[in-house]
Parts: sequence; structure tokens; C-alpha cells
Amino acid sequence: MKSLNELLNPPAESASRSSSSLPRTNSLVMPRREFLKTSAAIGGGLWIAAYVPELAARPLENMATSGTVFAPNAFIRIASDDSATIIANHSEMGQGVYTSLPMLLNEELEADWSKIRVEAAPVDPAYNHTVFGIQLTGGSTTTPSEWERFRKMGAMARVMLIDAAAQKWGVLVADCHVEKGVVSHAASGKKATYGSLADAASQLKPPGEIPLKDPKQFTVIGKPVRRLDTPSKVNGSAQFGLDVRRPGMLFALVARPPVFGGKVVSFDAAETLKIRGVKTVEQIPSGVAIVADRFWSAKLGREKLKITWDDGENAKLSTSQMLADFSQLSASPGTIAKKTGDPGAALAGAAKTITAEYDVPYLAHAMMEPLNCVVDLRSDSCEIWTGTQFQTVDRANAAHVAGLPPEKVKINTTLLGGGFGRRANPASDFVVEAVHVAKVAKAPVKVVWTREDDLAGGWYRPMWHDRFVAGLDSAGNPIAWTHTIVGQSIFRGTLFESFGIKDGVDSASVEGAADLLYGIPNLQVDLHSPKIGVPVQWWRSVGHSHTGFSVESFFDEVAHAGGKDPYELRRALLAGQPRMSAVLNLVAEKAGWGKPLPPGRGRGIATHFSFDSYVAQVIEASVEKDGTVRVHRVVCAVDCGRTVNPDIVKAQMEGGIIFGLTAALKTEITLENGRVQQHNFYDYPMLRMFESPEIEVHIVPSELSPTGVGEPSVPPVAPALANAIFAATGKRVRRLPIRASDLAGEREVKS
Amino acid sequence: MTSFFLNGKSVTVDDDPSTPLLWVIRDSLGLTGTKFGCGMALCGACTVHLDGNAIRSCVAPLSRVAGKHVTTIEGLSADSSHPLQRAWIEVDVPQCGYCQSGQIMSAAVLLKENPKPTDKDIDEAMSGNICRCGTYPRIRRAIHRAAELAAEKRAS
Repeated sequence: MKSLNELLNPPAESASRSSSSLPRTNSLVMPRREFLKTSAAIGGGLWIAAYVPELAARPLENMATSGTVFAPNAFIRIASDDSATIIANHSEMGQGVYTSLPMLLNEELEADWSKIRVEAAPVDPAYNHTVFGIQLTGGSTTTPSEWERFRKMGAMARVMLIDAAAQKWGVLVADCHVEKGVVSHAASGKKATYGSLADAASQLKPPGEIPLKDPKQFTVIGKPVRRLDTPSKVNGSAQFGLDVRRPGMLFALVARPPVFGGKVVSFDAAETLKIRGVKTVEQIPSGVAIVADRFWSAKLGREKLKITWDDGENAKLSTSQMLADFSQLSASPGTIAKKTGDPGAALAGAAKTITAEYDVPYLAHAMMEPLNCVVDLRSDSCEIWTGTQFQTVDRANAAHVAGLPPEKVKINTTLLGGGFGRRANPASDFVVEAVHVAKVAKAPVKVVWTREDDLAGGWYRPMWHDRFVAGLDSAGNPIAWTHTIVGQSIFRGTLFESFGIKDGVDSASVEGAADLLYGIPNLQVDLHSPKIGVPVQWWRSVGHSHTGFSVESFFDEVAHAGGKDPYELRRALLAGQPRMSAVLNLVAEKAGWGKPLPPGRGRGIATHFSFDSYVAQVIEASVEKDGTVRVHRVVCAVDCGRTVNPDIVKAQMEGGIIFGLTAALKTEITLENGRVQQHNFYDYPMLRMFESPEIEVHIVPSELSPTGVGEPSVPPVAPALANAIFAATGKRVRRLPIRASDLAGEREVKS
Repeated sequence: MTSFFLNGKSVTVDDDPSTPLLWVIRDSLGLTGTKFGCGMALCGACTVHLDGNAIRSCVAPLSRVAGKHVTTIEGLSADSSHPLQRAWIEVDVPQCGYCQSGQIMSAAVLLKENPKPTDKDIDEAMSGNICRCGTYPRIRRAIHRAAELAAEKRAS
């Protein structure tokens, strides 16, 4: 994967601003065994790769004390005041990595937990993801990437600190003991804190080989340690990108085209320039920038700006037309993504066949913190402050626009007020645009997106259409399954096309479908990837966000068509999948599958494998006369390998379930005449407190390596809910979001 | 010039009186704990107290607060000792944390008016605050816990 980094650092003139993306689902882009191979290969050269001499040698501006700092590698600094600063190479966007990464490192370092500080890493190859080879946060891979490296980095520092103490005291290392950042020698009674040993340890060479603890000896990993970032998030001191303030900083908004790909023909800024505080109005590649001394002036100024747009070729886009086109496309098979057995023959010989079509819409990420970026552009440097998931890509793209080599561009990663994939933009859209604004602002500038800008700004989860045909034998068991998927390719046209697209199939479009776990002997999954001028991007759980819904809903249809219990049929067809079987059985037991429910309530079940993790959910729901859906209870079981922090795993499951319910019940981005029809939370509504169900999370204990946690709870939510609605009402949901109008009225007779 | 009290201190700003309070607090006065989420009073991220009542500062013009007392998350307590802040830490409510200032400021008014809220009371008081990370179950738990902590404090 080294080539990813090479691709990202081309000579400035050859880089294209729309040419960078990367694979983000290790399950498909990087099969498990390759991941393990890569990790093993990294092992030997790890010390050197992680070692940034500047960090060790240079006095650090932000250190509280002026004493010696011990920085044996790029991930840890210990100062003479005993503070242990962990440098996090993954962004904190709510998923808890500013706690889980320190836990991994301190499992081996054994510093006093109360002295742990966390700092965002600068952009440097030392901080590259161990699988993807560039610096990024995504694909639910932070823990899998850092599971071994962070422990090794901590162990390296501990070994050197103990060495320093042993040399100082003239005793054997083996007779020294460490606890909470204090090295002690029992026989002599000598003790020294890590901080007091920083100077001596700095003189030592890093050790060659360091054994890691046997997991049985873990004292931190596996414990529900409280998050380190919580105190700053309850008193207003946490700094997000939007909170950054630089001396002399101006504020900017950008007027962007109402249709994707539209261009400015002309603009009249006369009224805008009359607004107090507006400094300048200039055209930039993405629209017209309004620069002012405060946000509100820029906002008022933008309202007064008159722009004539050339809407371009996308002005005819309409969701209703696209729905019809997608359905029509799905009537014929696309490029084969997966084929086993002879589905055609099996369908022809089936005792019963059923078919169904499913639709999901474009979705916006809608992070609570709208996009923003601060840029201080000078003739020979560019400094950026933003909440990003994509440091290497953003730096390369910013450098190209700034006309500087990447090493002259410094990115300060702030906390992210939500990411969900949007802040890992293949074109670095919000960063690149801010560099363009900085050029015309001629001062440090903060570009702010309003909620309306953010929702209409594109880079959506693609809309998808799924058509299924299943064949059942005379006993009601599925013997054939064909699945035709229609939806835009996320990878196409990006620098990483060759990583994400194999034999014409975008892995992100078919994940969760082509790797179906059920034992169905004759299977075909094929794909159409129409080209449409709406920018699309990964969105929490990516392709799984549609295949989870369609596959698990259709499976429910198959079970009912064959007269089978949906749980029992899953159990039977997952016989060869011990981990998913365990998760399925656990959720059924905890949810009381098969037990009586209050009148009007139904139970739905769904499973999904994504990001190397196994999740199953049971949802209890009811539907009111007017079609309003009530979600009463969600029970979730997960096997994500060994848990670093079970409370964070639970929080991610809870959050992913709420996120999935919003997608199931509330949101869609639609287009009419090329214009996005949604504007703010009144027409792109989020699930709220009064709609939030009781959620129970059960974690399957495991000693296997950790797998993804941030995304895998999203895919099973919509199908478990849709299946519950069917159980309650006999009405089958085949499009999202679920509409009250589809469910209103009398109940149908259940099949 | 408009003067008001921010977290107990008198402040004077030269922003246009029609400027939403949110931007005055954040940009002119430099307190960034109060967040921008929607600009239309739809998400609650900008919730502050105006003379003890929860308001959405993104739609409250500066002129409305002249001479009055505004409290932001920074002024809720000097040392994060408010029962809600303690409960939020105990329950580990925040994920990204962006909405949490607004959540806590809404909850603070709820607890002041209703020291022992039921789940239904919480639904009613907190449904104006959106959390995209989905921390609602923990916010609910933490409000119940804060009610207990506040009761313990009163008893002691």
C-alpha cells in the first residue's frame, strides 16, 4: 500500500484536485489475510517508521515545562513533570479513539493514567495507517490498525525508562518494577518517576525487540475506562474546527452553484459590499467567496449577492426519473460481482420463486458541526486548522492549490463535531476551497458552511436500487438467490479507482451482498454503476448501509414465502458461520424471540457482517393508525473481537442504532431540476429524544483480534425495523425512508 | 453599543443589534462553547440561558438581551461541578461532543424547574436538542443521575 502515499505526493503540477480517494473498507479492499500479512511485514521496521527525530530533538512549544522531554518514538512524549502525551494519528470524531489509543499504549507504558494527555498528530508518514499506508481515519479501522503498534510504542518507552533507572542505580533491569509511572527497586527501596528519568532515557538507544504482554495480563484493555475527552466536552472548552481563532482572522462564506457542476456567469456585489464588515467578494473555482470581518457580515452579504449561474448539464436531474431509470436498469443483469453454482438453472427448477425491488435515497452526513476550515496562507507556507479524517489527502490537495510542496503545508487536526465519512473527502472539497478563499482573502480566514450549505453540498451516500429473485425448494428453503444492484460508483474517477474497482465492480457497491454469509448454493450478485453528476461518498457503513437493508429485508420475505420463522431460517443457513451464529442466538435469547408481545407490536430480526464484525439486532415496533412508526426496543449483539473499551463499544452500537433509525425513518436527499430539495433540519429531520427507543447491547466475549466498531451497528437497523413492521402489520417496507403514508390504514392479513 | 451580562460579567459590544446572540458570544466575545448547528432554532446546539430561561441564541437578536443576564456553558459552573456536568462525566455521555453544551444547558433549566423529571418530562424538555451521534439514551440516564446528585447535595 506504499504506492497510495506515492500517488498522493505527485509533483504539484500533475496533481488533480478531484483525484484522491482511498479504499475504506478493509474487508473488501484488503482481505483479512492480506491485512495480517501487511501487519506482520510492518513489524520488523516498526521502530524506524515510527521514529520522528524532530519530535525527539526539537524543544516542543506546547510542553508545560522546560525540562527534558523523552520522545522515544512518534507516539509518546514524557516530560519532566511526569506528563505522558500520546500523539494520536487518528482523528477523534466521537468514536472514542482519544481514549482507546491511549489505553492501548498505556497498557504497556504503565504511566499514571491521570498524567496522560492526548494531542493530534501532525501529518507525517510515521503516522500512516498500518493497512492503508496514508494518514486517515475511516473504515472502522483505527483499533485494527493500531492494536499492535500502539502497544509496541508504549512498551518501547517503558523498557527505556526502566533501563535508565537500572543504569542509574547500578541494578538489574529484571529486579525493577513499574507501577503508575514509578520505577522501583525493591531490594534498595529506590524509586523514580518517569518524568525524573526522561533525561536519562533520552540518552539511550531504542531496544531492538520488545515482547508484549500476554493478553491474560492486561490491566487496561477490556476495562470500561472513562473517556479522556469528556471533561472538555461538558464545560465548553473542547476545541472544534469552528472554534479556531487566529490573529487577524477573517470569516468567509461561499455562494455555491444551485446545481452540481454549475458555473458562475457573472455576479454583482454592489449591495454586498455595502454591508458593514464585508471586505471583499471574489470568484473562486467553486463559486463566489464573501470575506468579512465576522461571520454574520459575510452571511448578510451573501444574501445580497446577485449571481447569474450556468447550471450546466445536471439541471435536468430529478429523483423520480432516476428511480424509474434505476428500476429499468435492474431488469437486466449487470457486471457480475459474485457467482456460485448455477442460479439460472436453480431458479428454473425451483418450486416457488419470489422477486422484490428495494430503493434507498441519497443521504447527507449531517454532522452537527457543519463543515469549516481555517487557512493561513503565506508565500512560503500554508497552515490549516480543520476537523479532518483525511490528513495525507488533504495536505496533498491543499499543497497543489497553494503551489507549495506538501511538506510546507501544516495541518492541525482539531476535534471533529461528527465525521461519518464526510470529512474524508476524496477531493478534499472543503479544504481545497478554503485555500482558494485564503488566496483572495489575503489574510488568515475561516470558511464556514451553514447548515443549508452543508446539506446541499453533495458528496452523499449514493441512492441505490436492489432487485432480487429467490428460488425455494418444495420444503421452503432458498436454493437460488440473484441480486442486481444499481447505484453510482464511489471509487470511479478517484485516484484510488484501481484499489476499489476490480473487473468493473466497485467493491463499495456490493459489500454486504457479494459476501453473503448464508449458505445458499446458487448465488449471483451483479452491478450497474450509472454515471450521474451528483458527487457521492462513503457514509457511515458505506455500501453496507443499503445491502444491510435490502438483503436482510428480502431474506425475511424469503423466510415468510417458505413458511419459515425468520430467526430459525437464519440459524439454519448460518450453520457454517460460528461467529454470526453465536451473535444471532445471543440476540434472539436476549430479545425473547418467539415470546408474546403486547397487541400491535411486532419483532424483526436482522444480521449483518461488516468491517470484520458480526452484528445482529432485534427491534420491537408498532404502527399507529396514521402510519406513524413507534420503535420500542432495540436489542443488539456484537462480536468485534477483543474489546479495548467495552463502554465505548456499547456507545458506538447505541449511536449507530440511532443513526440507522434516522436513515430508516426520516431522511432523504432528493433532486428536482437538478436542485437539492432539502435545506435544514426541518426537511432533513433527525431522530429526537422522544423517538429514541430503549437500547440494549450485548458483547460476545472474544480473544480474537479487534475488528470494526464505529460502523457495523448501522446496517442491521433498517431491516430489523422493516421486518418488525411486517410482523406487526403485514406490510412490507421496500423503500427508505419508511413513510407513514405507506403504512397508514387497516392492517393487511399476514402471510 | 449594546451591554449585557455574560456569565455574571458586564460586557459591551458594537455588533449590529440585529446580530444573533450566538455570533456575538462566539465571534465578538470569544466564548466558543456555545455551538452553531442550524441557525433556525431547530437543533438546540446554541442553547444558552437568558435570565434563567433556555433560549436558542442563533435566532435571538442582540437587542433582545440588552441589560439582561446571559449564561453560557462556560458559566454553568466554575469548575464543572454542576450536577449535570458531573453526571455527564460519570455516564460518559458525549461522543463527538459538539451538541453537548446545548444539551446540558437545556437540561439545566429542566432540572431547575423539575428536580425529579420522569422520562416523559425529559422527552418534552430535550426533544429540541439534536444529537447526531445518538447519545440520547445516555443523556436520559445522566439527567436522572444528575437529579440524584442534586438531591444528595441538597440533603447534605
